[in-house]
Amino acid sequence: MADLSCNLAGIKSPNPFWVASGPPANTGYQAHRAFEAGWGGVVWKTIGDPIVNVASRYSALNHGQDRMIGLNNIELISDRAPEVNFREIAEVKRRWPRHAVIASLMVETREQWHEFVQRAADAGADGIELNYGCPHGMCERGMGSAVGQQPAVAEKITGWVMEKATIPVIVKLTPNITDVTAVARAARRAGADAISLINTINSITNVNLDTFVPEPTVRGLSSHGGYCGPAVKPIALNMVQACAADPDVGLPISGIGGITTWRDAAEFIALGATSLQVCTAIMHYGFRIVEDMNEGLSAYLDSKGMKTLADLRGRAVDKLQKWENLDLHWQRVARIDYEKCIGCNLCYIACEDGAHQCIDLKSPDELKVGLGPGRVPHKPVPVVREEDCVGCNLCSLVCPVDDCITMTEIPNGRVPMTWSNYQDRLAKGEIQPIPPHP
Amino acid sequence: MPLSPLLPADVLAANFADLKPPLRPQEALVEAHRCLYCFDAPCIMACPTGIDIPAFIKKIASGHPAGAAKTILEANILGASCARVCPTSVLCEGACVLADRDEQPIMIGRLQRHATDYVEQRGLRVLPPPPAKKSGKKIAVIGAGPAGLGCAAELARLGHSVTVFEKQKQAGGLNTYGIAYYKMKPQVSLAEVELVRSLGVEIRTGLAVGKDIAVAALEQDFDAIFIGVGLGAATRLRIPGENLPEVIDALDFIWQIHTRPLERIPIGSRVAVIGCGNTAIDAVTQAKRLGAHRSFIVYRRDEHDMPAYPFEYEHAKHDGAQFFFKAAPVEIIATDGHVTGLRLALAQMVGGKVEPIPGTEWIEPCDLVLKAVGQEKQSKLLRELFPSLTIDARGVILHDPLTGRTNVPHFFTGGDCGNGGREVVNAVGEGKKAAHGIHAFLTGAKTTPPVQPSRLGAKQGAAGSGLMAPIRAHELEAALKL
Repeated sequence: MADLSCNLAGIKSPNPFWVASGPPANTGYQAHRAFEAGWGGVVWKTIGDPIVNVASRYSALNHGQDRMIGLNNIELISDRAPEVNFREIAEVKRRWPRHAVIASLMVETREQWHEFVQRAADAGADGIELNYGCPHGMCERGMGSAVGQQPAVAEKITGWVMEKATIPVIVKLTPNITDVTAVARAARRAGADAISLINTINSITNVNLDTFVPEPTVRGLSSHGGYCGPAVKPIALNMVQACAADPDVGLPISGIGGITTWRDAAEFIALGATSLQVCTAIMHYGFRIVEDMNEGLSAYLDSKGMKTLADLRGRAVDKLQKWENLDLHWQRVARIDYEKCIGCNLCYIACEDGAHQCIDLKSPDELKVGLGPGRVPHKPVPVVREEDCVGCNLCSLVCPVDDCITMTEIPNGRVPMTWSNYQDRLAKGEIQPIPPHP
Repeated sequence: MPLSPLLPADVLAANFADLKPPLRPQEALVEAHRCLYCFDAPCIMACPTGIDIPAFIKKIASGHPAGAAKTILEANILGASCARVCPTSVLCEGACVLADRDEQPIMIGRLQRHATDYVEQRGLRVLPPPPAKKSGKKIAVIGAGPAGLGCAAELARLGHSVTVFEKQKQAGGLNTYGIAYYKMKPQVSLAEVELVRSLGVEIRTGLAVGKDIAVAALEQDFDAIFIGVGLGAATRLRIPGENLPEVIDALDFIWQIHTRPLERIPIGSRVAVIGCGNTAIDAVTQAKRLGAHRSFIVYRRDEHDMPAYPFEYEHAKHDGAQFFFKAAPVEIIATDGHVTGLRLALAQMVGGKVEPIPGTEWIEPCDLVLKAVGQEKQSKLLRELFPSLTIDARGVILHDPLTGRTNVPHFFTGGDCGNGGREVVNAVGEGKKAAHGIHAFLTGAKTTPPVQPSRLGAKQGAAGSGLMAPIRAHELEAALKL
């Protein structure tokens, strides 16, 4: 069994799965339940001056019959008194000394930051997370993403925190910014120990077409919310990789954004994350989901002969390059396995209308292919014109049968040439321009 | 012993409730979302009316059931009844590609019912009104069954004036009178008749062509005539006792269920049904549901020879019906003028014919015998009414299946009197094709039914629409065994 133990800038936990700062991390009761279920850490719901929430706080993006592929919320930071939160942190730490408890904080003035950093340490928290990301409500009051969107402000406030901090400090980054690394670098300059990302994304999930009020609705009005859940994973992975690949950031990363399964977790780790934070999946299914996350990740590491998370961490980071470093001469085409094809022709229409018109429907009578059992006699079947196929993948993406359409490399004997090589060689007059696609 | 009703009304109501109840709204959504939205979908090709099935299912999924109903009804004016009575497992659902992914096919029939029920229950008019400018051409349609209604609706939508003549009191044909009651209530069929009327079609019931109105008069008044008279009475058994009062046509028995309160329908405690087609199944199951203690099918051939669909056979067994295979009825036995039993003999094939084996006879007690060995062709009637028409050796009207044209230019046909007896949906499709044939005959304009534009498929004419060249799932299987 692989060792899943995790150490993010000195914050240790038995596994990398932390409950993210949010509704599931609101109370000591929830933290106990989380640890009992197998979570490695809890990032407490952000503590600050108590706020007042509205009723109707969440709304969801559904896709088909899949509920909540995206979740939007306008709930603010903790509405409980700081002394209650810090007391419960202390109680939880006493009972779960080997597990990580991180206090998420959001206050305004230097004095307040100093006070709250001290109280977190006094409560026995293993670390502090600075909430610079909350995109709704708090930013209107100069906190949350109002801080995280301005590198100079983030750097200054992080500096205040570092003046007082005796435990590791994580800066939580907002994705509502053009270049997430700008604030990550500011955190580094200010001396932070780690970063966590992404916080939620500004969103409107849907509009009620009878009342014209978006959800969630508060007495006939709504407000921009923070978007999270499985649908944001691609955005989060992109930003995690950007920070992991940036030598000027160089901080350990706690990955957040749509993590629902061990597979998602492994992808975040491969792109550079050390610990992982999960919220929406818990809001959907409860703390019990962590069992499969732990087992699945462990089994995956075993299957790859990896002993610890460090063996996986960052393995995909440098597989992402600038487009100009990709080989223009590499060729692949779609191949259809007619034993598996069920005859839906989605590949045909996707290529024909949505891509590059490289699939024909041909009479099966002319083809010497084995046909699936449901094939209609004489019904045209999709046939890839390999000489025209640009290898775009679309047909294989829409195909509803696993492993039916395979993108297959066509060895063409050509020496690899990137766009950069191409530009260089053109400039030197070594080659002729590649003619435009007809 | 004279027959009498056996069960109280509330039990009968439960026994005759819809076998396939309507989908609840969320069930319909879940099912609609399973559809892959195939291009050039096999289900369309398997539908004899060429309904664009993925398109209507997509509309249910998007929350637009009225649009779904429009897609259905534009292709098949009897979409509501076909949703209930089509043998979907050998048509659209039998061709569903999901079966190839080892999954249940989409419940196309029940989704079709969901959409058509939606507009019917709300009184929504989804079909565009027929053209205001009429062609000036008049067409008579003889028979208001599925073929006649399919033809009439399509002609009205093409701008022609149509009058339908029906000898029964109510229009709809077998859809109104002859479908198993647990599959469809006659109200569904009658609502469809009203839908056809709403397109401007005149439907005159209780008028028998040849008796109340002469064919010559129709030829005088109309530019073209569509003949959709269906089939005739049950085929005779030709055995002693056939004329006893408790020996009746299975279709007449089903007719009674549609025209009388269930609790007043006399039923035997032991019912024999002779024949093993789909009508026989409808009869044997409904006899059971009316309260017969025993109801059994007698079939001269073997189990695997039966014309009934496999799902119908399963249904009958589930209802507790019994089956005598390779059993030939020899005589219907009576005491005091009432049926008391059926003399049967084991049957064997002799020179291609099924013959009773002498010395193997036995008597099965029964007090009602339902004849379901097929319907007679109307060749006699057809020859009387239309002496110039060519009737082929099978007793049906010789015609071009793509246009409904007969050997007489202004006579067209479709449905059972042309095909010898197939499904409701075949009749609707044939009526629709004949409407386009009539339109071309009267206006010279060629119409082509909508076909999904796959580049090669459309050229070949095989893809896109089941209307012109429907395929059937069991034909698929046969083809693939080659």
